[in-house]
Amino acid sequence: MSADALQGARVDLIGWGWRYAGRDAWSLRGVDLSVAPGERVLLLGPSGAGKSTLLHALAGLTGPDAAVTGESEGELLLDGAPARRGRGGAALVGQDPQAQLVMARAGDDAAFGPENLGVPPEEIGPRVRAALADVGFPYGTDRSTAALSGGEQQRLAIAGALAMRPRLLLLDEPTANLDPAGAALVRGVVADLAARSGATLVLVEHRVAEAVGLVDRVVVLEPGGGVAADGPPERVFASRGADLAARGVWVPGREPEAPRGHGRPGEALIEARALRALEPRGPGVPSRGRRAVLDGVEADVRASAVTVLTGPNGAGKSTLLGLLGGLARPDGGRVRPAGALAGADRRDLGRWPARRLAGRVGTVFQHAEDQFVTGSVRDELEFAPLRAGLGARRAGAWAAELMGRLRLEGLADAHPFTLSGGEKRRLSVATALSAGPEHAPDVLLLDEPTFGQDAVTWAELAQLLHGLRHEGRAVVAATHDERLLDGFADAELRLAAGERGDPC
Amino acid sequence: MLTRRNPAAKLVAALLVAVALAPVVDPVTPGVVLAAVAVLLPFAGIPARAALVLLPPLLLAAGSVAVVNLLYGDAGPMAALGLGVRLAAIALPCVLAVLTSDPTETADALVQRLKVPERPALGVLAALRLVPLLAEQWRMLTLARRARGLEAGGRPAAAVRLFAGKVFALLVRAVRTGTQLAAAMDARGFGTGPRTHARSSVWTWADTALLAATAAVLAAAYVLSLWLGAWRPLFA
Repeated sequence: MSADALQGARVDLIGWGWRYAGRDAWSLRGVDLSVAPGERVLLLGPSGAGKSTLLHALAGLTGPDAAVTGESEGELLLDGAPARRGRGGAALVGQDPQAQLVMARAGDDAAFGPENLGVPPEEIGPRVRAALADVGFPYGTDRSTAALSGGEQQRLAIAGALAMRPRLLLLDEPTANLDPAGAALVRGVVADLAARSGATLVLVEHRVAEAVGLVDRVVVLEPGGGVAADGPPERVFASRGADLAARGVWVPGREPEAPRGHGRPGEALIEARALRALEPRGPGVPSRGRRAVLDGVEADVRASAVTVLTGPNGAGKSTLLGLLGGLARPDGGRVRPAGALAGADRRDLGRWPARRLAGRVGTVFQHAEDQFVTGSVRDELEFAPLRAGLGARRAGAWAAELMGRLRLEGLADAHPFTLSGGEKRRLSVATALSAGPEHAPDVLLLDEPTFGQDAVTWAELAQLLHGLRHEGRAVVAATHDERLLDGFADAELRLAAGERGDPC
Repeated sequence: MLTRRNPAAKLVAALLVAVALAPVVDPVTPGVVLAAVAVLLPFAGIPARAALVLLPPLLLAAGSVAVVNLLYGDAGPMAALGLGVRLAAIALPCVLAVLTSDPTETADALVQRLKVPERPALGVLAALRLVPLLAEQWRMLTLARRARGLEAGGRPAAAVRLFAGKVFALLVRAVRTGTQLAAAMDARGFGTGPRTHARSSVWTWADTALLAATAAVLAAAYVLSLWLGAWRPLFA
């Protein structure tokens, strides 16, 4: 028996609403929705519309003392009965592959769900093998889950859900944290399931263009409200497309475009020669014979230009970014300042004192939270100017200007950790800009700046980088984002997996 | 080969040694046990490299316990030597049990053989997977602090503040990752009712023999020590 034999579940929501514990406002309210067995639905809505919450509720994970705590109103029924986690026939796959897997070996992980459901041991083996085959898992059951790429981990997470033989399969942005190759792998699996499986499928996906072909119905949710639109994809996009695009949803045919026009690359500010970097020390890494992540990489970072670092996951893009930004020292070769940057300090960048470095070279991390060091948005932006000796009044004015430029007004007193994903990204860029003389560093390095951002934030970031380049600054971005590469980048440094990088 | 024994047998054996040696402070009783473990060591099936990495700190710890007790204790040189040997004799079996056991098999053995509740056993097992992840996050936090212009620069007070900030940030990340993992386990029906086990933790005659041999060595140690008149309890 494989996925083909599954019988889909029926979903009914009647006046359903949800409010998180400790919040006054309802995330969702008055949701009326029926999904027929075997139907395939894409849930859409601006960020904060409660799409993930609804999936968690369908999986039976919400309640007064469940994984997601809060209170609900109205009715939510699977085949006429309240949703019960695990045993109700629903299975959920989330977006972060790292946090989906429970066991150390692939086969054990896929067996975890059936074990929890009390499936007789002799039936678990065949179920696991069938589920792994259904997702095209390329390794044996003994494969270490830590040795899998993100795309492979996510395929295994889907296999773990399939092994439970769900009648309702819930996918919460299953490709959001993956590089293009990994996302393509997972999309292939979902397309295959959608075509063959009888299970009801509810999908949340912000890369709408790629998900639309898999579903026969689109449901648009309104933040704090109910269903705003419901119907076949083409009809929903014809009537609501412009409105959704304006609120950040990536509507097919209405995606934002990067500003046209290239920079005029000027003098080199950072020169990297014969760079070599070994994998970092850590648990499970032999102290001798560490693998080389980068070997023989040469790079020039030029003023008035956007340089992009590309290559598959694991090729060392983040490592190279850290070296170019002077945050770490290479295991071989040199990263030297040049031109105007050499005027500040002639030593290799990795030897600069942190304070001088932060004033000249800004780095934006992929995980925005990593670089927050204070308890409010305003303190975060005044932190560097105050340390640079700017008076309280001028630091305050500069922070206010940055908040205006990056649409963070009104959040001055909020704790950085409580911001939304888009707000965190904008704040992390603002902090990197806050430290420099004349209001911005000479070089700004960004690690996957547009990853997982909504369409509105994306357009703002592209415009901002364009502006910095226009002001004569060097911008370096490690990215997979095809939209950003296309017609926007001035130079590309492509890293091949585990080999030497050649500038092109 | 110790790697092939049931983890529950190895853990119980290590526990037996600890219980038997804890109340004794003479060097002979733990010395016999230590000698027996040392004889077993080449057959434990651990890579020579792991042994070379782990043994020196263990010997150092045992040595320093002996030296400190010799210098500052009031029980005399034999008791000091005894305390050092006792530490090594208790710790070495534990280290061997952990090194020669696969974490998944250990969790299976704890649940199926020793009847440890499923939730803590599998929770710890799942959390183990996150350790390399935390190490990577710590590294990123260090780089990110430098990017913000923060570094200790040899000033102890600044180093302490920096460290505290990083610990807090790591804690936030760890709690979030842990919550996500718990939700993923819940989503797969963990804790909704009685579980079955896809892998069975097999107990063979060799596991029983391991326990019997451990008991025999401990008995021999006591007998020899008493016979030599060296035996001394902790509270006497």
